[in-house]
Amino acid sequence: MKYVLLFGDTKDRAKQWEAMPEAQRQAAYGQINQWFGKYASKITGGHELQPEHTATTVKFNNGKPVVTDGPFIEGKESIGGYAEVTVADLDEAIEMAKGWPTGGPVEVRPVIDRGEPHR
Amino acid sequence: MTAALVRTLGDFDLAEELVQEALLEAIEHWPREGIPAKPGAWLLTTARRKAVDQLRRQARFRDKLAELEGALMRDDTAEGDDRLRLIFTCCHPALSREAQVALTLRAVAGLTTVEIARAFITSEATIAQRIVRAKRKIVEANIPYRVPAEREMGERLEEVLAVLYLMFNEGYLATAGERASRRDLAEDAAWLAGLMVRLMPEEPEALGLLALMRLHLARANARFDNAGNLVLLQDQDRGRWDQERIASAMVLLQRAATLHRSGPYQLQAAIAACHAEARTWRETDWRQIIELYDALFELSASPVVQLNRAIARRYVDGAQAALSDVDGLAAALDDYYLFHATRAELLRDLGREPEARAALIRALELTANPAERALLRKRLS
Repeated sequence: MKYVLLFGDTKDRAKQWEAMPEAQRQAAYGQINQWFGKYASKITGGHELQPEHTATTVKFNNGKPVVTDGPFIEGKESIGGYAEVTVADLDEAIEMAKGWPTGGPVEVRPVIDRGEPHR
Repeated sequence: MTAALVRTLGDFDLAEELVQEALLEAIEHWPREGIPAKPGAWLLTTARRKAVDQLRRQARFRDKLAELEGALMRDDTAEGDDRLRLIFTCCHPALSREAQVALTLRAVAGLTTVEIARAFITSEATIAQRIVRAKRKIVEANIPYRVPAEREMGERLEEVLAVLYLMFNEGYLATAGERASRRDLAEDAAWLAGLMVRLMPEEPEALGLLALMRLHLARANARFDNAGNLVLLQDQDRGRWDQERIASAMVLLQRAATLHRSGPYQLQAAIAACHAEARTWRETDWRQIIELYDALFELSASPVVQLNRAIARRYVDGAQAALSDVDGLAAALDDYYLFHATRAELLRDLGREPEARAALIRALELTANPAERALLRKRLS
């Protein structure tokens, strides 16, 4: 069964991250890499995302596309990245999420499986 | 076979009827699925299961039900495992607490959605929808149907016990007027806790929770006067306490203690036991209660625990000492009616009447429970 883990971040944490001395940031990345290493056989996709200020959103006003600056999720939280994982069940996905080292929340969402992915 | 059933049911007609039903089921199943290896055992198990179904929703048969289910699980460990899988799935942490409660009552305790709705004073549609949503999440998010592995057992068991405790409080805190029309969820929760104890006899916190529930239920008859007013522990007629239930709780607590893993439910049960064992309010072992609250505070540093500890201190060190403890909790508990109600009592003890009245008024503003409100109003007048 496939799930996507959405790695959340708060604005405060994003700021802390940017203000971090390089050595500390490297150490934090080290922990994240360790996590990816540990679960390498179960991770079937995913990316880290550039910060929120790089986001562009296309909205539809009466069907007409309108391009705006910023993310469409408004509020304190944003999505910093995601991983697609293939595991037996929700418990296994939760287990992975519990080990996520950044201190940010992780949303676990099952993927609708219609056989082969569209390409 | 009927005899085996009569022994537990004490009702020959019912036993015979159930055996008949089991035979009918055999006639239906055996030609299709083949005759089972032990036909006699199959029939007895089927008849017992039917008895369980019939009795589950009738509170007065609960003790017999427990016996029957014990027999079912002894004969058939697969049955016991299946019940556990069901409970842990219903109380999976990925479900909301209200969904866990509704699902457990429906699937494990066998209540109908109408009965659950009545217990929570809500509509049947709300409960039905809650259950449907929870079932959908179990399927669509692939929540596994299994007993948790050893390493996650602690956490998952805690979740189950928390669901049962919430269910219990929902029933127990209902007022007398409500109790007349509502299903007694406290009894349902105690039955479920008993089931957990039978399924996991080596878990001291399950034993502790069941003991706690029984100790509270033992006092249920004394909690309201004839007019339906709440009677506080200190004013209760202790002759009306159910001594048999208290004794059974004590046995559970002793069993839990031999397992040498303390926990919050065992400690709370031990505190309730101190009250249950005291012949009068005055004779209560307050020092022991203070020690138990200290142990509880170490496990969960909650200001409510500190408030209760302060109440106990009043009877050991006096109202002034208790009041200064209580005042220290003002920042954390200013929105909690019992904080103000407790302050009022202590202030009154110290002869500070105007302050006591102000605290009572504040307490009254903070609770909607009619029985609690009536009690506070009485103190104000």
